[in-house]
Amino acid sequence: MFDVEKIRNDFPMIRNHPEIIYFDSAATAYKPQPVIDAVADFYNYRTVNVHRGDYPLSFEASRLYEDTRKVMKKFINARSEKEIVLTYGATSGLNIVAYSYGHFNLKEGDVVLTSYLEHASDILPWFKTCEMTGAKIEYVPLTEDGHLTVENFEKAMHEGVKVVALTFVSNVLGYELPVKEICRIAHSYGAIVAIDGAQAVPHAIVDVQDLDCDFLAFSSHKMCGPSGAGVLYGKYELLDKMNAFLFGGGANARFDKEGNIILKEAPYKFEAGTPNIEGTLGMKAAAEYLMNIGMENIVAYDRELQKYFSEKMLALDNIEYYNPKADVGLVTFNVKGIFAQDAASYLAANRIDVRSGNHCAKILWNAIGATETLRASLYLYNTKAEIDRFIEVLRDITLEKCVGVLL
Amino acid sequence: MMDTELKRAILIDHYQKPHNHGLVEDARYKMKHQASSSCIDDIKVQLDIEGDIVKDVRFDGVGCTISTASTSIFSDLIKGKKRAEALEMIEQYYRLLKGEAGDYEDLEEAQAFETLYAQPNRVKCGLIGVEAMEELIRESYEK
Ligand SMILES: Cc1ncc(COP(=O)(O)O)c(C=O)c1O
Repeated sequence: MFDVEKIRNDFPMIRNHPEIIYFDSAATAYKPQPVIDAVADFYNYRTVNVHRGDYPLSFEASRLYEDTRKVMKKFINARSEKEIVLTYGATSGLNIVAYSYGHFNLKEGDVVLTSYLEHASDILPWFKTCEMTGAKIEYVPLTEDGHLTVENFEKAMHEGVKVVALTFVSNVLGYELPVKEICRIAHSYGAIVAIDGAQAVPHAIVDVQDLDCDFLAFSSHKMCGPSGAGVLYGKYELLDKMNAFLFGGGANARFDKEGNIILKEAPYKFEAGTPNIEGTLGMKAAAEYLMNIGMENIVAYDRELQKYFSEKMLALDNIEYYNPKADVGLVTFNVKGIFAQDAASYLAANRIDVRSGNHCAKILWNAIGATETLRASLYLYNTKAEIDRFIEVLRDITLEKCVGVLL
Repeated sequence: MMDTELKRAILIDHYQKPHNHGLVEDARYKMKHQASSSCIDDIKVQLDIEGDIVKDVRFDGVGCTISTASTSIFSDLIKGKKRAEALEMIEQYYRLLKGEAGDYEDLEEAQAFETLYAQPNRVKCGLIGVEAMEELIRESYEK
Protein backbone atom coordinates (compact mmCIF):
# COMPACT_ATOMS: atom_id res chain seq x y z
CA MET A 1 0.00 0.00 0.00
CA PHE A 2 1.28 3.42 -0.96
CA ASP A 3 0.79 5.70 2.01
CA VAL A 4 1.91 9.20 1.11
CA GLU A 5 1.53 10.51 4.67
CA LYS A 6 3.88 7.84 5.92
CA ILE A 7 6.31 8.64 3.13
CA ARG A 8 6.19 12.34 3.95
CA ASN A 9 7.28 11.51 7.48
CA ASP A 10 10.48 10.03 6.11
CA PHE A 11 11.56 13.39 4.68
CA PRO A 12 12.97 15.90 7.18
CA MET A 13 12.71 18.70 4.60
CA ILE A 14 8.95 18.29 4.68
CA ARG A 15 8.86 18.29 8.49
CA ASN A 16 11.22 21.25 8.71
CA HIS A 17 9.44 23.27 6.02
CA PRO A 18 5.78 22.37 6.24
CA GLU A 19 4.99 25.78 4.72
CA ILE A 20 6.70 25.00 1.40
CA ILE A 21 5.13 23.19 -1.52
CA TYR A 22 8.15 21.76 -3.28
CA PHE A 23 7.40 21.26 -6.97
CA ASP A 24 10.95 21.17 -8.26
CA SER A 25 11.95 17.56 -7.82
CA ALA A 26 13.05 17.27 -11.45
CA ALA A 27 15.86 19.62 -10.44
CA THR A 28 16.68 17.69 -7.30
CA ALA A 29 14.68 15.48 -4.95
CA TYR A 30 14.30 15.69 -1.19
CA LYS A 31 16.23 13.08 0.83
CA PRO A 32 14.60 10.57 3.17
CA GLN A 33 16.01 9.80 6.63
CA PRO A 34 17.72 6.50 5.65
CA VAL A 35 19.77 8.36 3.03
CA ILE A 36 20.77 11.02 5.54
CA ASP A 37 21.62 8.27 8.06
CA ALA A 38 23.81 6.47 5.54
CA VAL A 39 25.80 9.62 4.88
CA ALA A 40 26.04 10.47 8.58
CA ASP A 41 27.03 6.90 9.41
CA PHE A 42 30.03 7.23 7.15
CA TYR A 43 31.03 10.50 8.80
CA ASN A 44 30.36 9.31 12.34
CA TYR A 45 31.69 5.77 12.23
CA ARG A 46 33.58 4.96 9.04
CA THR A 47 35.52 7.92 7.72
CA VAL A 48 38.33 6.16 5.88
CA ASN A 49 39.26 5.88 2.24
CA VAL A 50 38.16 2.91 0.18
CA HIS A 51 40.31 0.37 -1.61
CA ARG A 52 43.42 1.06 0.43
CA GLY A 53 44.59 0.74 4.00
CA ASP A 54 45.20 -2.48 5.84
CA TYR A 55 42.92 -1.85 8.78
CA PRO A 56 39.48 -3.23 9.53
CA LEU A 57 37.52 -0.03 8.99
CA SER A 58 38.92 0.36 5.50
CA PHE A 59 37.82 -3.17 4.62
CA GLU A 60 34.42 -2.44 6.03
CA ALA A 61 34.03 0.86 4.17
CA SER A 62 35.24 -0.76 0.92
CA ARG A 63 32.78 -3.59 1.33
CA LEU A 64 29.86 -1.21 1.91
CA TYR A 65 30.97 0.92 -1.01
CA GLU A 66 31.30 -2.06 -3.35
CA ASP A 67 27.91 -3.31 -2.20
CA THR A 68 26.47 -0.26 -3.93
CA ARG A 69 27.13 -1.95 -7.27
CA LYS A 70 24.97 -4.90 -6.23
CA VAL A 71 22.12 -2.67 -5.18
CA MET A 72 22.32 -0.51 -8.31
CA LYS A 73 22.58 -3.60 -10.48
CA LYS A 74 19.35 -4.82 -8.98
CA PHE A 75 17.75 -1.40 -9.25
CA ILE A 76 18.15 -1.25 -13.05
CA ASN A 77 18.43 -5.02 -13.62
CA ALA A 78 21.93 -5.06 -15.08
CA ARG A 79 23.53 -8.44 -15.81
CA SER A 80 26.50 -7.94 -13.58
CA GLU A 81 27.95 -5.56 -10.99
CA LYS A 82 30.82 -5.05 -13.38
CA GLU A 83 28.47 -3.07 -15.59
CA ILE A 84 27.93 -0.46 -12.87
CA VAL A 85 30.42 2.42 -13.08
CA LEU A 86 30.12 4.68 -10.03
CA THR A 87 30.26 8.29 -11.20
CA TYR A 88 29.60 11.82 -10.00
CA GLY A 89 26.21 12.01 -11.69
CA ALA A 90 24.49 11.88 -15.07
CA THR A 91 26.70 14.58 -16.55
CA SER A 92 29.89 12.72 -15.70
CA GLY A 93 28.48 9.44 -17.01
CA LEU A 94 27.37 11.00 -20.29
CA ASN A 95 30.79 12.61 -20.73
CA ILE A 96 32.49 9.25 -20.19
CA VAL A 97 30.42 7.77 -23.01
CA ALA A 98 30.98 10.69 -25.39
CA TYR A 99 34.70 10.64 -24.71
CA SER A 100 35.70 7.08 -23.95
CA TYR A 101 33.38 5.55 -26.50
CA GLY A 102 32.78 8.42 -28.94
CA HIS A 103 36.31 9.70 -29.44
CA PHE A 104 37.69 6.26 -30.14
CA ASN A 105 34.91 4.86 -32.27
CA LEU A 106 33.63 7.74 -34.38
CA LYS A 107 35.31 9.00 -37.52
CA GLU A 108 34.73 11.70 -40.08
CA GLY A 109 31.27 11.53 -41.60
CA ASP A 110 29.77 9.25 -38.93
CA VAL A 111 26.51 10.45 -37.43
CA VAL A 112 25.38 10.90 -33.83
CA LEU A 113 21.60 10.87 -33.87
CA THR A 114 19.94 12.83 -31.09
CA SER A 115 16.95 15.16 -30.50
CA TYR A 116 15.88 18.66 -29.50
CA LEU A 117 14.66 17.24 -26.21
CA GLU A 118 18.14 16.76 -24.83
CA HIS A 119 19.46 18.39 -21.71
CA ALA A 120 22.74 20.26 -22.18
CA SER A 121 24.53 17.40 -20.40
CA ASP A 122 23.46 14.96 -23.08
CA ILE A 123 24.27 17.08 -26.08
CA LEU A 124 27.28 19.30 -25.38
CA PRO A 125 29.57 16.27 -24.85
CA TRP A 126 28.49 14.97 -28.28
CA PHE A 127 29.05 18.38 -29.90
CA LYS A 128 32.62 18.23 -28.59
CA THR A 129 33.14 14.65 -29.69
CA CYS A 130 31.92 15.56 -33.16
CA GLU A 131 34.24 18.54 -33.26
CA MET A 132 37.20 16.28 -32.42
CA THR A 133 36.32 13.36 -34.68
CA GLY A 134 34.63 14.99 -37.66
CA ALA A 135 31.42 13.11 -36.97
CA LYS A 136 28.19 15.09 -37.24
CA ILE A 137 24.98 15.55 -35.30
CA GLU A 138 21.54 14.82 -36.71
CA TYR A 139 18.20 15.31 -34.98
CA VAL A 140 15.16 13.07 -34.98
CA PRO A 141 12.25 15.38 -35.85
CA LEU A 142 9.69 15.77 -33.06
CA THR A 143 5.94 15.82 -33.53
CA GLU A 144 4.12 19.10 -33.12
CA ASP A 145 3.58 18.57 -29.40
CA GLY A 146 7.19 17.53 -28.80
CA HIS A 147 6.94 13.72 -28.94
CA LEU A 148 9.64 11.55 -30.41
CA THR A 149 7.84 8.69 -32.13
CA VAL A 150 9.08 5.31 -33.31
CA GLU A 151 8.06 6.24 -36.88
CA ASN A 152 10.11 9.44 -36.87
CA PHE A 153 13.02 7.64 -35.33
CA GLU A 154 12.88 4.90 -37.91
CA LYS A 155 12.85 7.47 -40.72
CA ALA A 156 15.80 9.35 -39.27
CA MET A 157 17.90 6.19 -38.81
CA HIS A 158 20.37 5.19 -41.54
CA GLU A 159 23.61 3.29 -42.10
CA GLY A 160 25.77 6.31 -41.23
CA VAL A 161 24.41 6.58 -37.68
CA LYS A 162 26.90 5.05 -35.25
CA VAL A 163 25.61 6.44 -31.98
CA VAL A 164 22.07 7.21 -30.86
CA ALA A 165 22.13 9.60 -27.90
CA LEU A 166 18.71 10.25 -26.40
CA THR A 167 17.05 11.03 -23.14
CA PHE A 168 14.61 8.49 -21.72
CA VAL A 169 12.28 11.07 -20.21
CA SER A 170 12.33 14.72 -21.26
CA ASN A 171 13.08 17.04 -18.36
CA VAL A 172 10.98 19.77 -19.99
CA LEU A 173 7.92 17.93 -21.27
CA GLY A 174 7.94 14.75 -19.20
CA TYR A 175 7.42 12.50 -22.20
CA GLU A 176 8.85 9.01 -22.12
CA LEU A 177 10.63 7.97 -25.29
CA PRO A 178 10.05 4.52 -26.80
CA VAL A 179 13.56 3.46 -25.84
CA LYS A 180 13.04 -0.26 -26.28
CA GLU A 181 11.95 0.10 -29.92
CA ILE A 182 14.65 2.70 -30.51
CA CYS A 183 17.29 0.23 -29.31
CA ARG A 184 15.93 -2.54 -31.50
CA ILE A 185 15.94 -0.35 -34.61
CA ALA A 186 19.34 1.23 -33.87
CA HIS A 187 20.93 -2.17 -33.28
CA SER A 188 19.59 -3.46 -36.58
CA TYR A 189 21.78 -0.77 -38.18
CA GLY A 190 24.74 -1.62 -35.97
CA ALA A 191 24.54 1.62 -33.96
CA ILE A 192 24.92 1.77 -30.20
CA VAL A 193 22.40 3.57 -27.96
CA ALA A 194 23.42 5.83 -25.08
CA ILE A 195 20.53 6.86 -22.85
CA ASP A 196 20.32 9.82 -20.50
CA GLY A 197 18.34 8.31 -17.64
CA ALA A 198 18.50 11.28 -15.27
CA GLN A 199 14.73 11.87 -15.30
CA ALA A 200 13.62 8.32 -16.11
CA VAL A 201 15.34 6.32 -13.39
CA PRO A 202 13.51 8.13 -10.55
CA HIS A 203 10.14 8.03 -12.31
CA ALA A 204 9.92 4.84 -14.36
CA ILE A 205 10.76 1.18 -14.12
CA VAL A 206 14.07 0.97 -15.90
CA ASP A 207 15.25 -2.49 -16.87
CA VAL A 208 18.40 -2.21 -18.95
CA GLN A 209 18.26 -5.82 -20.11
CA ASP A 210 14.72 -5.47 -21.33
CA LEU A 211 15.48 -2.14 -23.02
CA ASP A 212 18.75 -3.50 -24.38
CA CYS A 213 20.38 -0.04 -24.30
CA ASP A 214 24.17 0.03 -24.47
CA PHE A 215 24.68 2.83 -21.95
CA LEU A 216 22.48 4.50 -19.35
CA ALA A 217 23.63 7.36 -17.16
CA PHE A 218 21.78 8.79 -14.16
CA SER A 219 22.19 10.86 -11.01
CA SER A 220 21.67 9.94 -7.39
CA HIS A 221 20.29 13.33 -6.37
CA LYS A 222 17.17 13.10 -8.52
CA MET A 223 16.24 9.76 -6.94
CA CYS A 224 16.41 10.95 -3.33
CA GLY A 225 20.12 10.34 -2.91
CA PRO A 226 22.95 12.81 -2.33
CA SER A 227 24.26 15.01 -5.12
CA GLY A 228 27.61 14.39 -6.76
CA ALA A 229 27.06 10.65 -7.17
CA GLY A 230 25.57 8.55 -9.92
CA VAL A 231 25.83 5.53 -12.13
CA LEU A 232 26.90 4.85 -15.65
CA TYR A 233 25.60 1.50 -16.79
CA GLY A 234 27.35 0.03 -19.81
CA LYS A 235 27.27 -3.37 -21.45
CA TYR A 236 30.40 -5.07 -20.22
CA GLU A 237 31.77 -5.96 -23.65
CA LEU A 238 31.70 -2.23 -24.50
CA LEU A 239 33.11 -1.01 -21.19
CA ASP A 240 35.82 -3.62 -21.45
CA LYS A 241 37.11 -2.21 -24.74
CA MET A 242 36.91 1.44 -23.80
CA ASN A 243 39.64 3.78 -22.73
CA ALA A 244 39.41 5.64 -19.44
CA PHE A 245 38.17 9.23 -19.20
CA LEU A 246 39.97 10.40 -16.07
CA PHE A 247 43.37 8.93 -15.30
CA GLY A 248 44.83 8.61 -11.84
CA GLY A 249 44.94 6.71 -8.59
CA GLY A 250 42.69 3.75 -8.06
CA ALA A 251 42.08 3.12 -11.77
CA ASN A 252 45.47 1.75 -12.80
CA ALA A 253 47.00 -1.60 -12.01
CA ARG A 254 50.55 -0.45 -12.65
CA PHE A 255 52.57 2.12 -14.57
CA ASP A 256 56.25 2.89 -15.18
CA LYS A 257 58.42 5.93 -15.73
CA GLU A 258 58.17 5.60 -19.51
CA GLY A 259 54.45 6.27 -19.24
CA ASN A 260 53.19 2.76 -19.83
CA ILE A 261 49.92 2.38 -18.01
CA ILE A 262 48.04 -0.79 -17.39
CA LEU A 263 44.52 0.12 -16.43
CA LYS A 264 42.38 -1.91 -14.08
CA GLU A 265 39.41 -3.72 -15.52
CA ALA A 266 36.04 -2.10 -16.03
CA PRO A 267 34.31 -0.64 -14.12
CA TYR A 268 37.32 0.37 -11.99
CA LYS A 269 39.30 1.87 -14.84
CA PHE A 270 36.65 4.61 -15.07
CA GLU A 271 36.90 5.48 -11.39
CA ALA A 272 40.21 7.29 -10.93
CA GLY A 273 40.50 9.41 -7.81
CA THR A 274 38.90 9.10 -4.40
CA PRO A 275 35.20 8.76 -5.14
CA ASN A 276 32.29 10.47 -3.44
CA ILE A 277 32.14 7.65 -0.89
CA GLU A 278 29.45 9.07 1.37
CA GLY A 279 27.38 10.19 -1.62
CA THR A 280 27.61 6.75 -3.13
CA LEU A 281 26.59 5.11 0.15
CA GLY A 282 23.68 7.53 0.29
CA MET A 283 22.71 6.60 -3.29
CA LYS A 284 22.68 2.97 -2.28
CA ALA A 285 20.36 3.80 0.61
CA ALA A 286 18.16 5.80 -1.78
CA ALA A 287 17.84 2.90 -4.23
CA GLU A 288 16.99 0.57 -1.34
CA TYR A 289 14.45 3.07 -0.04
CA LEU A 290 12.74 3.32 -3.44
CA MET A 291 12.81 -0.45 -3.94
CA ASN A 292 11.29 -0.99 -0.49
CA ILE A 293 8.36 1.19 -1.42
CA GLY A 294 8.34 -0.48 -4.83
CA MET A 295 9.08 1.36 -8.05
CA GLU A 296 5.80 0.06 -9.48
CA ASN A 297 3.93 1.79 -6.62
CA ILE A 298 5.91 4.98 -7.08
CA VAL A 299 5.25 4.97 -10.81
CA ALA A 300 1.53 4.33 -10.29
CA TYR A 301 1.27 7.19 -7.81
CA ASP A 302 3.27 9.49 -10.08
CA ARG A 303 0.86 8.76 -12.97
CA GLU A 304 -2.12 9.32 -10.68
CA LEU A 305 -0.78 12.72 -9.65
CA GLN A 306 -0.01 13.58 -13.28
CA LYS A 307 -3.57 12.78 -14.32
CA TYR A 308 -5.09 14.73 -11.43
CA PHE A 309 -2.80 17.68 -12.06
CA SER A 310 -3.33 17.81 -15.82
CA GLU A 311 -7.13 17.75 -15.50
CA LYS A 312 -6.98 20.73 -13.14
CA MET A 313 -4.56 22.57 -15.39
CA LEU A 314 -6.73 22.06 -18.45
CA ALA A 315 -9.64 23.66 -16.62
CA LEU A 316 -7.73 26.95 -16.17
CA ASP A 317 -8.16 29.45 -18.97
CA ASN A 318 -5.36 31.85 -18.03
CA ILE A 319 -2.71 29.20 -18.66
CA GLU A 320 -0.76 28.02 -21.66
CA TYR A 321 -0.22 24.35 -20.83
CA TYR A 322 2.31 22.52 -23.01
CA ASN A 323 2.30 18.89 -21.91
CA PRO A 324 -1.08 17.52 -20.79
CA LYS A 325 0.07 14.13 -22.08
CA ALA A 326 3.21 13.94 -19.93
CA ASP A 327 4.14 10.44 -18.77
CA VAL A 328 5.52 11.62 -15.43
CA GLY A 329 4.36 14.15 -12.84
CA LEU A 330 5.74 17.17 -14.61
CA VAL A 331 3.70 20.17 -15.72
CA THR A 332 5.13 22.77 -18.10
CA PHE A 333 3.22 25.97 -18.66
CA ASN A 334 3.06 29.73 -18.90
CA VAL A 335 0.59 32.19 -17.48
CA LYS A 336 -0.83 34.21 -20.34
CA GLY A 337 0.60 37.72 -20.38
CA ILE A 338 3.05 37.10 -17.54
CA PHE A 339 6.72 36.39 -18.02
CA ALA A 340 7.75 33.01 -16.59
CA GLN A 341 10.13 34.41 -14.02
CA ASP A 342 7.59 36.91 -12.74
CA ALA A 343 5.06 34.13 -12.27
CA ALA A 344 7.69 32.00 -10.51
CA SER A 345 8.46 34.86 -8.11
CA TYR A 346 4.76 35.15 -7.31
CA LEU A 347 4.44 31.41 -6.70
CA ALA A 348 7.55 31.60 -4.51
CA ALA A 349 5.96 34.42 -2.51
CA ASN A 350 3.11 31.96 -1.94
CA ARG A 351 5.64 29.34 -0.81
CA ILE A 352 5.34 27.23 -3.93
CA ASP A 353 8.73 26.38 -5.38
CA VAL A 354 8.84 25.81 -9.12
CA ARG A 355 11.44 26.38 -11.76
CA SER A 356 11.33 28.98 -14.51
CA GLY A 357 13.60 29.20 -17.51
CA ASN A 358 14.61 27.03 -20.40
CA HIS A 359 15.60 24.08 -18.20
CA CYS A 360 18.97 23.53 -19.91
CA ALA A 361 17.20 22.40 -23.08
CA LYS A 362 17.93 25.49 -25.08
CA ILE A 363 17.13 24.04 -28.47
CA LEU A 364 13.75 22.55 -27.65
CA TRP A 365 12.09 25.92 -28.04
CA ASN A 366 12.32 25.66 -31.76
CA ALA A 367 9.84 22.86 -31.34
CA ILE A 368 7.27 24.15 -28.86
CA GLY A 369 7.54 27.83 -29.64
CA ALA A 370 8.12 29.29 -26.19
CA THR A 371 11.55 30.45 -25.05
CA GLU A 372 10.87 30.07 -21.38
CA THR A 373 8.36 28.25 -19.25
CA LEU A 374 7.47 27.35 -15.72
CA ARG A 375 7.89 23.75 -14.68
CA ALA A 376 6.21 22.11 -11.72
CA SER A 377 7.66 18.66 -11.13
CA LEU A 378 6.46 16.17 -8.55
CA TYR A 379 7.74 13.15 -6.73
CA LEU A 380 6.50 10.46 -4.40
CA TYR A 381 6.10 12.81 -1.41
CA ASN A 382 3.81 15.31 -3.15
CA THR A 383 0.05 15.25 -2.60
CA LYS A 384 -3.21 16.12 -4.31
CA ALA A 385 -3.81 18.72 -1.61
CA GLU A 386 -0.62 20.47 -2.72
CA ILE A 387 -1.83 20.38 -6.32
CA ASP A 388 -5.15 21.90 -5.19
CA ARG A 389 -3.35 24.72 -3.43
CA PHE A 390 -1.14 25.30 -6.46
CA ILE A 391 -4.17 25.51 -8.76
CA GLU A 392 -5.88 27.92 -6.38
CA VAL A 393 -2.90 30.28 -6.47
CA LEU A 394 -2.55 29.96 -10.22
CA ARG A 395 -6.22 30.67 -10.83
CA ASP A 396 -5.98 34.05 -9.13
CA ILE A 397 -2.61 35.12 -10.51
CA THR A 398 -2.49 38.52 -12.20
CA LEU A 399 0.28 40.73 -13.51
CA GLU A 400 -0.58 43.24 -10.77
CA LYS A 401 -0.05 40.61 -8.09
CA CYS A 402 3.20 39.42 -9.66
CA VAL A 403 4.56 42.94 -9.72
CA GLY A 404 3.24 43.43 -6.19
CA VAL A 405 5.61 40.87 -4.70
CA LEU A 406 8.53 42.85 -6.10
CA LEU A 407 7.55 46.14 -4.48
CA MET B 1 9.30 55.98 -0.13
CA MET B 2 7.25 55.90 -3.27
CA ASP B 3 3.63 54.84 -2.97
CA THR B 4 3.15 51.12 -3.69
CA GLU B 5 0.26 51.64 -6.07
CA LEU B 6 2.26 54.19 -8.01
CA LYS B 7 5.20 51.80 -8.24
CA ARG B 8 2.96 49.02 -9.45
CA ALA B 9 1.44 51.26 -12.11
CA ILE B 10 4.85 52.43 -13.33
CA LEU B 11 6.19 48.89 -13.69
CA ILE B 12 3.14 47.53 -15.45
CA ASP B 13 2.99 50.52 -17.75
CA HIS B 14 6.60 50.20 -18.84
CA TYR B 15 6.34 46.44 -19.13
CA GLN B 16 3.24 46.48 -21.30
CA LYS B 17 4.15 49.57 -23.33
CA PRO B 18 7.91 49.93 -23.15
CA HIS B 19 9.31 53.27 -24.29
CA ASN B 20 12.01 53.53 -26.95
CA HIS B 21 11.27 49.97 -27.93
CA GLY B 22 12.42 48.48 -31.22
CA LEU B 23 15.89 48.66 -32.74
CA VAL B 24 16.90 50.87 -35.63
CA GLU B 25 19.27 50.26 -38.51
CA ASP B 26 21.52 53.25 -38.37
CA ALA B 27 25.32 53.29 -38.24
CA ARG B 28 25.31 56.08 -35.65
CA TYR B 29 23.89 53.68 -33.06
CA LYS B 30 26.19 51.35 -31.17
CA MET B 31 24.67 48.17 -29.83
CA LYS B 32 25.15 45.85 -26.84
CA HIS B 33 23.58 42.44 -26.56
CA GLN B 34 23.02 41.41 -22.96
CA ALA B 35 22.04 37.81 -22.35
CA SER B 36 21.84 36.81 -18.74
CA SER B 37 23.59 33.54 -17.95
CA SER B 38 21.35 32.79 -15.01
CA CYS B 39 17.94 33.67 -16.41
CA ILE B 40 16.28 34.04 -19.76
CA ASP B 41 16.43 37.78 -20.18
CA ASP B 42 17.99 38.58 -23.50
CA ILE B 43 18.07 42.26 -24.36
CA LYS B 44 19.69 44.40 -27.03
CA VAL B 45 20.34 48.08 -26.33
CA GLN B 46 21.34 50.76 -28.86
CA LEU B 47 22.75 54.19 -28.04
CA ASP B 48 23.30 57.09 -30.38
CA ILE B 49 25.92 59.27 -28.73
CA GLU B 50 26.72 62.49 -30.50
CA GLY B 51 29.52 64.55 -29.02
CA ASP B 52 28.93 64.51 -25.29
CA ILE B 53 25.19 63.88 -25.53
CA VAL B 54 23.20 60.66 -25.40
CA LYS B 55 20.94 61.57 -28.30
CA ASP B 56 18.84 58.44 -28.45
CA VAL B 57 18.29 55.07 -26.79
CA ARG B 58 16.55 52.04 -28.29
CA PHE B 59 16.09 48.51 -27.01
CA ASP B 60 14.42 45.22 -27.79
CA GLY B 61 14.38 41.63 -26.57
CA VAL B 62 12.75 39.18 -24.24
CA GLY B 63 12.57 40.11 -20.62
CA CYS B 64 10.60 39.93 -17.41
CA THR B 65 8.74 42.90 -15.94
CA ILE B 66 11.79 44.08 -14.03
CA SER B 67 14.27 43.93 -16.90
CA THR B 68 11.85 45.40 -19.43
CA ALA B 69 10.59 48.17 -17.15
CA SER B 70 14.04 49.15 -15.87
CA THR B 71 15.47 49.33 -19.38
CA SER B 72 12.48 51.33 -20.57
CA ILE B 73 12.64 53.76 -17.64
CA PHE B 74 16.35 54.31 -18.07
CA SER B 75 16.02 54.83 -21.79
CA ASP B 76 13.83 57.82 -20.91
CA LEU B 77 16.10 58.99 -18.11
CA ILE B 78 19.37 59.22 -19.98
CA LYS B 79 18.04 60.37 -23.31
CA GLY B 80 19.27 63.90 -24.00
CA LYS B 81 21.64 63.86 -21.02
CA LYS B 82 25.36 64.55 -21.06
CA ARG B 83 27.38 61.37 -20.76
CA ALA B 84 28.69 62.22 -17.27
CA GLU B 85 25.16 62.98 -16.06
CA ALA B 86 23.88 59.72 -17.44
CA LEU B 87 26.72 57.80 -15.77
CA GLU B 88 26.00 59.59 -12.48
CA MET B 89 22.36 58.47 -12.64
CA ILE B 90 23.41 54.94 -13.39
CA GLU B 91 25.76 54.98 -10.38
CA GLN B 92 22.92 56.28 -8.20
CA TYR B 93 20.69 53.51 -9.48
CA TYR B 94 23.30 50.87 -8.58
CA ARG B 95 23.36 52.26 -5.04
CA LEU B 96 19.56 52.12 -4.94
CA LEU B 97 19.62 48.46 -5.96
CA LYS B 98 22.11 47.75 -3.17
CA GLY B 99 19.58 49.14 -0.72
CA GLU B 100 21.82 52.07 0.31
CA ALA B 101 20.01 54.96 1.97
CA GLY B 102 20.08 58.23 0.07
CA ASP B 103 18.19 60.77 -1.92
CA TYR B 104 17.08 59.25 -5.20
CA GLU B 105 14.74 61.99 -6.45
CA ASP B 106 16.77 62.34 -9.65
CA LEU B 107 15.98 58.78 -10.61
CA GLU B 108 12.31 59.69 -11.02
CA GLU B 109 10.36 56.56 -12.03
CA ALA B 110 13.35 54.31 -11.38
CA GLN B 111 12.63 54.86 -7.69
CA ALA B 112 10.00 52.17 -8.23
CA PHE B 113 12.89 49.72 -7.76
CA GLU B 114 13.76 51.01 -4.27
CA THR B 115 12.88 47.71 -2.59
CA LEU B 116 14.19 45.37 -5.26
CA TYR B 117 17.31 44.77 -3.16
CA ALA B 118 15.09 42.64 -0.92
CA GLN B 119 14.78 40.09 -3.77
CA PRO B 120 18.43 39.24 -4.40
CA ASN B 121 17.62 36.79 -7.20
CA ARG B 122 15.81 39.52 -9.14
CA VAL B 123 18.36 42.35 -8.78
CA LYS B 124 20.15 41.12 -11.89
CA CYS B 125 16.92 41.63 -13.86
CA GLY B 126 17.03 45.28 -12.90
CA LEU B 127 20.62 45.59 -14.08
CA ILE B 128 20.70 43.90 -17.44
CA GLY B 129 19.65 46.81 -19.68
CA VAL B 130 21.17 49.57 -17.57
CA GLU B 131 24.55 47.88 -17.54
CA ALA B 132 24.45 47.77 -21.32
CA MET B 133 23.84 51.52 -21.36
CA GLU B 134 26.72 52.11 -18.98
CA GLU B 135 29.10 50.04 -21.09
CA LEU B 136 28.08 51.78 -24.31
CA ILE B 137 28.68 55.20 -22.73
CA ARG B 138 32.05 54.16 -21.32
CA GLU B 139 33.13 52.72 -24.65
CA SER B 140 32.24 56.00 -26.35
CA TYR B 141 35.06 57.69 -24.40
CA GLU B 142 37.60 55.28 -25.81
CA LYS B 143 37.39 56.60 -29.33
C1 LIG C 1 17.45 14.97 -18.55
C2 LIG C 1 18.63 15.36 -17.74
N1 LIG C 1 19.85 14.96 -18.11
C3 LIG C 1 20.94 15.27 -17.41
C4 LIG C 1 20.88 16.03 -16.27
C5 LIG C 1 22.14 16.38 -15.55
O1 LIG C 1 22.20 15.77 -14.31
P1 LIG C 1 23.33 16.14 -13.26
O2 LIG C 1 23.33 17.63 -13.16
O3 LIG C 1 22.89 15.48 -12.01
O4 LIG C 1 24.62 15.60 -13.79
C6 LIG C 1 19.63 16.49 -15.85
C7 LIG C 1 19.53 17.34 -14.63
O5 LIG C 1 19.04 18.44 -14.62
C8 LIG C 1 18.48 16.15 -16.60
O6 LIG C 1 17.27 16.58 -16.23
